[in-house]
Amino acid sequence: MKKITVETGVGIFILIGLLCLGYLSVKLGDVSLFGRKQYLVKARFANVSGLKEGAQVEIAGVIVGKVSKIDLDDYEAYVEMLIEPHVKIQEDAIASIRTQGIIGDKYVKIKPGGESEYVGAEEEIIETESTIELEELVTKYMFEKG
Amino acid sequence: MLNFVEKLGAYVLYYVNEAGRMGIFLFFSLLNIIKPPYNKIASVLKQIYVIGSLSVFVIIFTGAFTGMVLGLQGYNTLTKFGAEGLLGSAVALSLIRELGPVLSALMVTGRAGSAICAEIGIMRISEQIDALECMAIDPYKFIMAPKFIAGIISMPLLTALFDVIGIFGGYAVGVGLLGGNAGAFFSSMQSDVEFIDVYMGFVKSVCFGLLIVWLCAAKGYYVHLERKGGFGAEGVSNVTTSAVVLTSVSILVMDYFITSMLI
Amino acid sequence: MKTDSEIIITLSDVWKSFGTQTVLKGINLSVIDGKTTIIVGPSGQGKSLILKHILGLIKPDRGQVLFEGKDINAIQKKELNEIRTKIGVLFQNAALFDSMTVFDNVALPLREKTVASESEVREVVDEKLSLMDLRGSNDKYPAQLSGGMKKRVGLARALVLNPRIVFFDEPTTGLDVALSNEIYRFFFKTQEKLKYTAVIVSHDVPKIFKLADYVALISDGVIQDCLSPEDFQMSSNPIIKNFVEATMGTIYSSEAMEV
Repeated sequence: MKKITVETGVGIFILIGLLCLGYLSVKLGDVSLFGRKQYLVKARFANVSGLKEGAQVEIAGVIVGKVSKIDLDDYEAYVEMLIEPHVKIQEDAIASIRTQGIIGDKYVKIKPGGESEYVGAEEEIIETESTIELEELVTKYMFEKG
Repeated sequence: MLNFVEKLGAYVLYYVNEAGRMGIFLFFSLLNIIKPPYNKIASVLKQIYVIGSLSVFVIIFTGAFTGMVLGLQGYNTLTKFGAEGLLGSAVALSLIRELGPVLSALMVTGRAGSAICAEIGIMRISEQIDALECMAIDPYKFIMAPKFIAGIISMPLLTALFDVIGIFGGYAVGVGLLGGNAGAFFSSMQSDVEFIDVYMGFVKSVCFGLLIVWLCAAKGYYVHLERKGGFGAEGVSNVTTSAVVLTSVSILVMDYFITSMLI
Repeated sequence: MKTDSEIIITLSDVWKSFGTQTVLKGINLSVIDGKTTIIVGPSGQGKSLILKHILGLIKPDRGQVLFEGKDINAIQKKELNEIRTKIGVLFQNAALFDSMTVFDNVALPLREKTVASESEVREVVDEKLSLMDLRGSNDKYPAQLSGGMKKRVGLARALVLNPRIVFFDEPTTGLDVALSNEIYRFFFKTQEKLKYTAVIVSHDVPKIFKLADYVALISDGVIQDCLSPEDFQMSSNPIIKNFVEATMGTIYSSEAMEV
């Protein structure tokens, strides 16, 4: 009788613990357990100031992936993104860096295009728009006015 | 004057020796986890039961109330900045990164660590450990290894339980009681909690599990070598107290260093 | 009179001190195979400490402990463990594992140190427990046993691997006269059956002399002499003489004078 209690107790404990651990890492920690194969898309930006690895990639406000790598390549920002497999991006889509709110996080926004050809894995989105910097905007505005 | 120097030397020497013993103890305990013959599953299960299962209720209670107070404090503070939408991520991040691992480790130290220390201390003073050695049974293999395995397995699970219960405790207060936005609570949590946060909490809890079993078991194991006389029931009670204090302090110190390494 | 082949354990010039206090100051002792050697002496003189040295639980500061001619502090752990499987120990307070039942306590050495199947284990343990008149206590925990029963379980555990040599650390301490006689009866019974060498640390003088082939007195950190009980009682060594008089009273010593 005593042995059953120990084993049941341990069993319940481990089960509850693993469930919680699973909840934390899958639901909150963004660990993809079931091998949802995201595909990689590249893009080059003139300026990605403020963008961080792990930032969201959105289409029409829906999160479709995240930034996996940011690097410098030939004085341009080279960004790799992992996109959900069911989301297709047209070849003439435009990737731009935007800000959530005024001081919020930077994210990559993809504006869908009209072509029927899609960007495949490891391929590049050609058209990009860089970070809109508040500072630059203000300077420009003042110069144009003056 | 010479007497003072002598005493100081003896004092320092004692603590150097103690640190050395503790290190040797850790080495042999870990060695005996990986060295065959492997421990019987039943003895490991029994230790998981003692360290893990029996701590579940304490963890649920402390986790729930920690989460609830975070919800209360967080909501009131964040409202001032109009940022109550961030409540979910504030609660989840503080739990997952810091409070979950540290508080559950402190609770387990008080509940299971003291029990481990007293149990092994009594085994030492009642010659049970000598008896094991005379039977050519390695106490590290027979007593310590199952406890270490159980500590390393139990602690992350207890911490995860603490985190999840705490998050829902925070939800209950922040959303249920104070009327925050339920959707914002979970979406801010999901977007702000990164894998590194969960990973950091996990690493911490594994280290704390090891630390608790190590310090408490070693203190009990060497009760007969304690400086202030480690004999009888009083010796065990003294060493248990000092083991709990030492472990709690070490948890907080180690927490800082793990955080600074992983952040 | 003592040839080397008969000696199973030798302590030569063993010194041990704790802090500033030197307890053992050059112990020399030989234990003869198949005989019962008894170590007596006032308390606090390190009687139990000698046992711990022989068992390899404590390392001497100086000197050697030889088991069958091998220095137990110079050999590999594996070899020491091999020696220890030939040794059984009954500790002062029996040192039973209080989280295990009586049966599991006695079965432990078999389960850990032999490849015996569970049914073989059961057979051997039941045999040893019935030898100690302990049938029916299998599922009790040590805390539920009386002092005498604990000692018997401890003895059963010490004997379960059929050791060549058995150590008794104060086997009758804390027991009343009837219970200590009972322990001595079990000692006789089992030694006759299993033919082990015995080393007994005791201060139960003079009763213990009836068991002894040799009696050694430790005093002032050294073994004063190791003699047969008869010779011991009539020794001319002043320390032994004092001890005999102090512990046995005038009747014994006057008898000794008359002879």
